[in-house]
Amino acid sequence: MVRVLVNVPKQIAANAPFDVKVLISHPMESGQRRDQLGQAIPRDIINHFICTLDGETVLDADFFPAIAANPFLSFSVVAEKSGTLALTFTDDHGVTQTELVAITVT
Amino acid sequence: MILPRRRLVLLAACCAVSPAVATPADVAALIQVLVGDAPLKDGLIHLDLPVMVENGNSVAMTVSVADPPSPVEAIHVFAEGNPLPLVAVFRFGPRSGAPRVTTRMRLATSQTVIAIAKLRDGTCWRDSIDLLVTLAACIDQA
Amino acid sequence: MNRLPALAVAALLLIGASDRRSGYDDASPDTRAMQDDDAANPAFLWVQQGEALWSEPAGTTGKSCATCHGDVTTLRGAATRYPAFDPQRGRLVTMEQRINLCRTDHMGAPALAWDDDRLLSLSALVGLQSRGMPLAVEPREPFLSEGAALFRERMGQLNLSCAQCHEERAGESLGGSVIPQGHPNGYPEYRLEWQGLGSLYRRLRNCMVGVRAEPFSPDSREAAVLALFLAVRANGMRVETPAVRP
Repeated sequence: MVRVLVNVPKQIAANAPFDVKVLISHPMESGQRRDQLGQAIPRDIINHFICTLDGETVLDADFFPAIAANPFLSFSVVAEKSGTLALTFTDDHGVTQTELVAITVT
Repeated sequence: MILPRRRLVLLAACCAVSPAVATPADVAALIQVLVGDAPLKDGLIHLDLPVMVENGNSVAMTVSVADPPSPVEAIHVFAEGNPLPLVAVFRFGPRSGAPRVTTRMRLATSQTVIAIAKLRDGTCWRDSIDLLVTLAACIDQA
Repeated sequence: MNRLPALAVAALLLIGASDRRSGYDDASPDTRAMQDDDAANPAFLWVQQGEALWSEPAGTTGKSCATCHGDVTTLRGAATRYPAFDPQRGRLVTMEQRINLCRTDHMGAPALAWDDDRLLSLSALVGLQSRGMPLAVEPREPFLSEGAALFRERMGQLNLSCAQCHEERAGESLGGSVIPQGHPNGYPEYRLEWQGLGSLYRRLRNCMVGVRAEPFSPDSREAAVLALFLAVRANGMRVETPAVRP
């Protein structure tokens, strides 16, 4: 399990865009580095991220090794009503993790 | 839409084999595949990165398109001087509040970073930044 | 008793209290922005882990941190006083060592290594409780004078002292980076160079490796007295834990 921090505003108005901020604890090992013995450190990154709101896509992103360690993302969402944001990301081993965040629209 | 993206992934995989640094020509080739015959113009998209980078390990980057005439399908970001030319692809869905993303990227050296926005009307828009990377003088060897 | 050594230290310092600059002041606007927004500061991934560990029983006694301390907010101000003199042991104890002593003495759990993510997480959580408060470390002798001497002692193949960079040349450039004054008010901190969270000890170790000296071991008297000197030198500066630095 990777640690994830998701930040959404407490007050969200219907149809008014709001920002979501995401931090994911991951080394994003680029595959370009060598260890102290000169051995290449294998690539291990989160290569895909998707955020949906009640099944509808907000942002669908491909990451390459140029994304910094402990990736940060901030993006805009628009909601008509209260619902659930699902943030799903996949690493190079094919492991997928989903974080669910309820949002309250007033 | 699907086919060019696959070609893009293939190209990235080829580049990954070589230990060399990406070149402006590599990025130009990738952009050619992405854009195809569509018109590519400067403007509309805005790429925000510091011109002087304190540490290449983590550089705040924002890409945004203000008031697009047609919905933004995707924004692609390329780095001409990194070991690999691709940085990220962002596709915006119906629940996106604005075609804008902030993230943090790695920069191996001083170079040009390019962002391309592809709109639903088929037009492609470009912005780029030439930046200087002043790496930290003390490298963590401990 | 305490006032005299403090005066002695003040006399030793080239940097006056009003000229002191946190590493924050020397960082780029982007790095400062990372620290200013908790939702964008990657160190909070460790704080989050620390919150989970706080109430998780460890060791043979089945106790967690919360068993004795209750809510972590009860430790508000604690981090402003470390390193502190432990009368029972007759030696200085850093915040990380205090957490480990809790584990070994009260929880029946093994001490965590100095670079263990769990130790960093707990010290980040505890440090955060004092964020914004002024450092108020006791200028305890003879440790303080020992630390002050060590700060000025040339070491390593490059034959440099801490003071030569972080006092005499603070504010000047080394490569493209500003040489900071070296205040310990943000630890554990997220360094872009490390791409992770690290302790003051890790930073000291980096410097020592940088000047090609044999690093002090994490639990050595040298590491503790140097940490004490740096903390007393920064007394009155605000805690920024968990800070972000280049």
